[in-house]
Formats: sequence, C-alpha cells, structure tokens
Amino acid sequence: MTELPGDLLYTDEHEWLRQEEDGSVTIGITDHAQAALGDLVYVELPDVGEEVDAGGEMAVVESVKAASDVYAPIAGEILEVNEDLADDPETINSDPYGDGWIVRMQPSDDLDEDALMTPDAYQQFLDELED
Amino acid sequence: MGSRTPLYDSHIDANARIVDFGGWDMPLHYGSQKEEHHAVRQNAGVFDVSHMTIVDLAGPRVREFLRFLLANDVARLQAYGKALYTSMLNADGGVIDDLIVYFMADTAYRLVVNASTREKDLAWIRKQATPFDVTVTERAELAMVAVQGPNARQLAAPLIDADYRDAALALKPFNGMQAGDVFIARTGYTGEDGFEICMPAADAPAFWTQLLAAGIAPCGLGARDTLRLEAAMNLYGSDMDESTSPLEAGLEWTVAWEPADRDFIGRAPLEKLRNSPDRQRFVGLLLEDKGVLRNHQKVVVDGIGEGEITSGGYSPTMDKSIALARVPAGDYDAAKVEVRGKLLNVRIVKTPFVRNGQVRIEI
Repeated sequence: MTELPGDLLYTDEHEWLRQEEDGSVTIGITDHAQAALGDLVYVELPDVGEEVDAGGEMAVVESVKAASDVYAPIAGEILEVNEDLADDPETINSDPYGDGWIVRMQPSDDLDEDALMTPDAYQQFLDELED
Repeated sequence: MGSRTPLYDSHIDANARIVDFGGWDMPLHYGSQKEEHHAVRQNAGVFDVSHMTIVDLAGPRVREFLRFLLANDVARLQAYGKALYTSMLNADGGVIDDLIVYFMADTAYRLVVNASTREKDLAWIRKQATPFDVTVTERAELAMVAVQGPNARQLAAPLIDADYRDAALALKPFNGMQAGDVFIARTGYTGEDGFEICMPAADAPAFWTQLLAAGIAPCGLGARDTLRLEAAMNLYGSDMDESTSPLEAGLEWTVAWEPADRDFIGRAPLEKLRNSPDRQRFVGLLLEDKGVLRNHQKVVVDGIGEGEITSGGYSPTMDKSIALARVPAGDYDAAKVEVRGKLLNVRIVKTPFVRNGQVRIEI
C-alpha cells in the first residue's frame, strides 16, 4: 500500500479532501478505495453549479465489478468536475490522489476538520479494517 | 473461512484478491481484472476451477439414465471423450443446472456441474439414478484448471506427459481424453480455444506453477465473468434458474427435440412453451449511451412491455457495456434500460459478442 499524502484529509467512506488556497476543496477517492473497487470503467459526474448536501450522492464510480456511489463529504457547490475521467476512468486507479481527482467544491461552511481524519488517523482506520 | 481448493496457497502467492464464491474462497483477480481478460483474448490465461463438481456415473444402464435425466441427448455422443453441453431440468421444465457430460466408456460418463448447485444436483441425480442402478460418485479429490486463449494449448502442451502430448494437441473442440491420471478436454468458458484439465489434487500446485512459468497469466473469477459474458455463455443463477425455462434463457440449442419419443424430465412443459406466442426472448444488448449495464436492471420496450437484464457488465474487448436480457415476445431491435432513474438506449444484437478474439457484432 502506498504512503498516504500528508496534505490531505480523509473520511471513513475512503474519500480524500484537499483544501486549496482559494478556499475551494478538491475531492477524490483513496488508494484503498480504488483497489477495493478494481478497474474503473465509467464515472458519472455531477453538473457544475449543482449544490450538494453533506452525505448526499455526488458521483458514481463503476468498476468492472459494480457501481458505487461517491457521497459528498461536505455540503457545497460543485465548481469543477474532472472531465478527463469520462474518457479515462482508469486514471482513478493509476493516480487516485493526483490526476484521478473527481470534483472541486466551494464548501458552504468552514471545513470541520474534527469531522475528518488526518493521514495518521486514516492509516489507523485502515489498519483496523485489515484486522 | 470458506472451502479452499488445492490451489488456494498458489493464489495467495500470486497476490490474489480472494472473495467468497458460493462458500469457496476464490481469486477475484491478481491485480487487474481487465489485464487478465486481455491475456485470455490475446495470449493465454489459467483459471482455477477446482470448486466445480465432478461426478462420475457408471452402470450398464447409464446411457438410458442420462437420456432421461438431461434435456440434450447423450446418444449424440458417438466417440469416447466426446462432450455435450446440456441443461438438467425439473418436472416443470425449470433449469436445475447446466453442465457438461463426457462419454468416457460404454458404461461410464462424467458430469461437470456448478459449484453453487453441488448439493441439490447430487441429491437430484442420486434420486433419479436409483431406478436405473447407476452409481453416482463425486470426485472431490480431483483439481481442475482451465487454460484458455489463442496460445493456451501450445503453451500448455510441454507440460503434458510426452506419451499423451500429440494426442492431446490433436483433440478436436469439445473432445476429451484420459492421459494417465489426468483428464484433458478441449473445452472452456471464455469463447477462446484451450484445455480444461482434471488431475489429482496433490499434483495441482506444481502444475499451476509450471503453467505460470510458461507465460500463462493467472486469471480470477472477475475475468472469467467478463469473458463468458462477451462469449454469451450463460451463468447459472443469473441467466437461468429453477423458475426459468431453457427456451427463455437462450438454451434451446441444448434441447434435443428428436427423437420425439425420448421422454426426458421436463419435456412436456417445454413442448407447451415451444410454439407459444408469449415465449420471452433471450437477447444480447449493446449499450449505445454512456454507462454500464448491470444485472437486474429493467429493460423497457416501447409499446410492448418490460424485461430484465440477467447478466450485464463492461466488455474489456469492445470498451462498451453489454448484457444478456430476458425480454417480451415481439419483433423489435431496440429498447431502453433504466439505470439510476434514466432510460438509456440499447440495441438488440446477435450473440456472441466476441468469439476467438474477434468482435462479432457491429459497434
């Protein structure tokens, strides 16, 4: 398993968030999530401008095995979606923390860091799943 | 922990992701399901299919018994080693299982049935066999691997006992032979050429290691499913079950109607459905919009009615989504499939989608 990027925050739904300098937040799924899903073959993205609730359906990632919902970890407005995933969904497999990002959002509220996991906390969460 | 095949440790050594499959701990993939799929279409791959159930039948009346038990007719098997694909029906004409039967000797046949249906199959076969005095012996001590792909036979040949190698390479499709304590057949479940090989469990790990060393890719159940879907080969429990007639599951070609006086289990309800105007179609679907078709999605045919996808997924060979579906009777070549509340366009196509490395439909 690759090392977790230190500048990201994580959720127990195996998503990652990166706070950008302009206040927006970039979101993707973790390496653990992509490995569990297997080869991705299709990604359904939200519309730019769409408002999503925390915990609401935001995107769907489909692997050779199954379709899985990606839930919004925070409430906000979709500013940008990763259009390249339409033609190359497998980018999420090869580069989950980089070119495989899924959406960029403008959060409705300040990011509640207590509700999210640090890299160390997420690593511990993963270790406990393995047990 | 589920049941484990003699190759379980070999799978772990090859970094398999293990999943439960009908009570068995089986490899889903060894890294990339898509790459395993391509390996079989373009070169060669090997699957552990030891979880499948091998049943040997013997007795002077075994042929008469099988002509009663199975919808296809073992009288079609004229030479030793010849194989036949068939369904085994209940009295209502529903499918108890699909299986391959091999003609081993005048008084001996071998069946290979599904793992998920093992117990009910054995119970049914034993019950039906009693009046025929046929002995039913499960061969759980045998392991089985399927080596599949355009180069599979050539790559595997050096690993076959030299005394039997030429004969094995000369096998015609759907024929098998005993080679010492190994049984080799030119059969499979991928739409590619290849061998299925049964051997004593103790010999399987070393054989597996040699196959991998010969350049044959280890392949899991994931690739097995996308390969068989492209080849439009049915999966028991998805495409048909005890409530499904083989005539509504694309299996009419496995029903031997002639001779008309052969009384096999399930024949009467099949005869009734055979020319019924309400008989459902079993078709291939090609998704024309973006997305992925999945099992149980609803198929909508404008002005006619609704059906259901029985096996849907992504085709690595075509980079498109395809499916098998049971749909209402009628003459139409397009439909819609409901995916997350939206209706997507599908075209009805003639199956198989892919066979011997070639895409067989227009995409």
